[in-house]
Amino acid sequence: MGYIELMDISKSYNKQSDVLNGIDLQIEKGEFFVLVGPSGSGKSTLLRMIAGLEDISGGTLKINGNIVNHLPPKDRNLSMVFQNYALYPHLTVEQNILFGLNAKKIDKATQKKRLLETAEMMGLSDLLKRKPRELSGGQRQRVALARAVVSDAPLCLMDEPLSNLDAKLRANMRIEIRRLQKKLGLTMIYVTHDQVEAMTMGDRIMVLNDGIIQQVGEPIALYNKPSNLFVATFIGSPKMNLGKAKLKESNLVIEDVFTIPFNHEQILAKFQNRQLVVGIRAEHIPHGAEKDGVQTVEIVNVEQLGNETLISFEVGSKLWTAKWLGQWLVGVGDRVPVQISVENMCFFDEDTGNLIQAATSSLKREVVAI
Amino acid sequence: MTMPISKKILFYFLLSISALVVFAPALLAFVMSFMDNKDIMTGSLPQSLSFDNYIKAFEQFPLLKYLLNSFIVAIAITIGQLILSSLAAYAFVFLEFKGRDLLFFLFIATMMVPFEASIIPNFHIIRDLGWIDQYPGLTVPFFATAFGTFLLRQNFKQIPKELREASQIAGMGDFKFYLKVVLPVAKTSLVTLGAYGFLTSWNMYLWPLLSTTNDTVRTVQIGLKQLQTQEQLNDWGVIMSGAIIVIIPTMILLFLGQKQLQKGLTEGAIK
Amino acid sequence: MNMSNPMIESTEIPEINYESVKRKQRIRTFAKGMLFLLPSLLLFGVFLFYPLFKTLYLSFFLTNARGETTVFVGLQNYLGMFASPIFHQSMKSTFLFVLYTVPTTIIIALFLAVLANEKLKGIGFFRTIFTSTMGISVAAASVFWLYLFHPSIGFINGILEMIGMESIGWLTDPKWALIAVAVTTIWMNLGFTFLVLLGGLQSIDSYLYESADIDGASYFYKLRRITIPMLSPTLFFVITVTIINAFQTFGQIDILTQGGPQNTTNLIVYSIYREAFTNYQFGTASAQAIVLFVIILIMTIIQFKLGERKVHYQ
Repeated sequence: MGYIELMDISKSYNKQSDVLNGIDLQIEKGEFFVLVGPSGSGKSTLLRMIAGLEDISGGTLKINGNIVNHLPPKDRNLSMVFQNYALYPHLTVEQNILFGLNAKKIDKATQKKRLLETAEMMGLSDLLKRKPRELSGGQRQRVALARAVVSDAPLCLMDEPLSNLDAKLRANMRIEIRRLQKKLGLTMIYVTHDQVEAMTMGDRIMVLNDGIIQQVGEPIALYNKPSNLFVATFIGSPKMNLGKAKLKESNLVIEDVFTIPFNHEQILAKFQNRQLVVGIRAEHIPHGAEKDGVQTVEIVNVEQLGNETLISFEVGSKLWTAKWLGQWLVGVGDRVPVQISVENMCFFDEDTGNLIQAATSSLKREVVAI
Repeated sequence: MTMPISKKILFYFLLSISALVVFAPALLAFVMSFMDNKDIMTGSLPQSLSFDNYIKAFEQFPLLKYLLNSFIVAIAITIGQLILSSLAAYAFVFLEFKGRDLLFFLFIATMMVPFEASIIPNFHIIRDLGWIDQYPGLTVPFFATAFGTFLLRQNFKQIPKELREASQIAGMGDFKFYLKVVLPVAKTSLVTLGAYGFLTSWNMYLWPLLSTTNDTVRTVQIGLKQLQTQEQLNDWGVIMSGAIIVIIPTMILLFLGQKQLQKGLTEGAIK
Repeated sequence: MNMSNPMIESTEIPEINYESVKRKQRIRTFAKGMLFLLPSLLLFGVFLFYPLFKTLYLSFFLTNARGETTVFVGLQNYLGMFASPIFHQSMKSTFLFVLYTVPTTIIIALFLAVLANEKLKGIGFFRTIFTSTMGISVAAASVFWLYLFHPSIGFINGILEMIGMESIGWLTDPKWALIAVAVTTIWMNLGFTFLVLLGGLQSIDSYLYESADIDGASYFYKLRRITIPMLSPTLFFVITVTIINAFQTFGQIDILTQGGPQNTTNLIVYSIYREAFTNYQFGTASAQAIVLFVIILIMTIIQFKLGERKVHYQ
């Protein structure tokens, strides 16, 4: 039994179309759980339902074994950090941090002690007398975090807390939040639309689209074995290259452009008579050596990132990207060999979009890692 | 962007002429309030300026009493309006309940009922309550204000909903949130509405005329009318000094709060 | 058996509870909302809605001097009112008064606001002067103008005489009295109208002007094509307020003319006041009050209908 359990949770406004549907989920104590999805996917709504800020239209929500559907937010023993931080503009940092403790009528001595500890931990000790408008974005963010920390609630909810920060600060805060969560042993539910944030922070990730769970799992599992095309393209940057494919005799033909030999042991019965979509990650398209499956392509765009080089080329109607380590002096229009191997491909059913088989190379790598 | 000098001169010219015309009636009254009656009657330039008219006005009329009454009435109405309209605006912005939109429509509807159209029964109500010549009779009917509610509602809507949610998670109730967060955060708009409320209540005329029959709670506006009717033909200097005294508090308020009022009125009016 | 029963209860009971808890919560939020609105609703009820219906009720009766109904007369009050030449005069004066004051107030205030919207040194001083009449009460303003219109020592007649014209009995001549009251009213309302229009002007995005400057637009072109259209919501508001104010005019009349001469300044609110509180004819006064209410209602509705179509909202 998880610390937080969602059973067939759904949400609809005015009894009309569902914003969320059939959400079943368990979150363990001390877990950093990320809800990720494009805007409008219902991830914030789900978080707000857990917080008690939105009514639950259907299903059961349990926290720590108790049904809490009907409880107001304050009785759910949780803290929340908002995207705009929700700092009270007329109160000082100190008063902001203590706001919740004051509302809960905790005695002054305890308040003082917890304030000093938290301020120390968050590096806010020198800012306690300032008003929010006198703080930088990063400092405000810290105050918002401090407010969550000081409450001592075992569950912390965060709704896109980093999206108002610039890129550099965001990278720092990612690490900081993650460390804080581990240190305090918090159970964290973290909403973001940024898959990088999801990948780097989450113990587990839930991908949500159109109010329906797409996949739940560890970051690497989502990356290697995306359960459908949505997850495949949503997780990972640059996104997974996709192409329609079919089996012709013992060859795999992708977008009518690439013909890749397909040896017997790899031909599976489940591939027969099906419209396939193959997906291959950019880092799995290396510069072609003389081996099977080398294709020559014409470069349409080059991005030099310094430590790696992104090369784009057309495959039928699709634009694919390959990621090569190091600096490659190639230009637009050059024809280069690339290697496309079947073992690096994920296979999806074109009709349902669901995964048929993940890349076999990733399975091997996992074995190596263990 | 800089303006050519000729255009500048034109603008200053137009501004000065307009200012002179607009301000002339008040300016004349101000000068007259220091003039001797003989000079006023003959229309000559003032030979001497003195405070005699003011002294006379205070001596012959219970002006101080009237001023005090006006202050009490205007402040009571201002506070009443601030409390009632901020409570109502809070409900319209932060509380979601059945029938809220209908009630909001009802508030809009009140703007279409001129007070003058319901003044007869109102007079009878006040009389039956025994509130004639009483402060409540002068103030209570004006506590509820749709305009004030809209102005504050507009302002409260700019308070992020997350503040309310954060306080809900912290376990703070609605009334406390209203008191501890909404009112302090919306301080400036409360001041604006307060200034506007004070200004309009201080300047009220018809209702105090009806609901006061003696000096106990009579406001300074009605006092001025009495001063004018009794002194009409003879002493314009005294009348003018009375009028100047009447407008001093509101003028000060206006000069201090002009920017605020402008912003508040535009916001409350347009959106 | 004993072991399993509590288990079942623990999963079943909360299920039932939470529906009824939800309902209770809905009732509680409703009660809370009403509680916040109660003071306003109560006062609106007692001092606005109830009196409005009471006015309608009274308008079908004759009353005694205490305002108690004596005889039900049906529509007699209305019929009598519409047949009365005094009421005709009152309606005519009221509409004329609106016609005199509303356009003039707005045009002058707009002119002042456009002037005062320029970024010039010392503009704050001029703005304060133009706003100043807002702080002057009806009583004080009327007293100022009572002097200005004074037949013998008044400032205006003084000027007329200086330029060799005959002096005018501003407040005693039926031809001029309404105009004199209108002038006073325009002056009084100038401050408020100016302030609101200035606020409207200042909220127009300066980028619009800058891009027009790049296109080389002239001052009047900008005024016509940017300022006025962008100001239309404010203008719309100001027109509505000024019209309604004009219909509610009372204090100026009471001090300047008392409705005279020959009832030419007996505007509707003054007429109601006189009928009710001088003549104690509460029935007929109520009928007039209903007319006032209907006029303002119609005005508001027309304003909204026209406003929707004509006004340019961003």
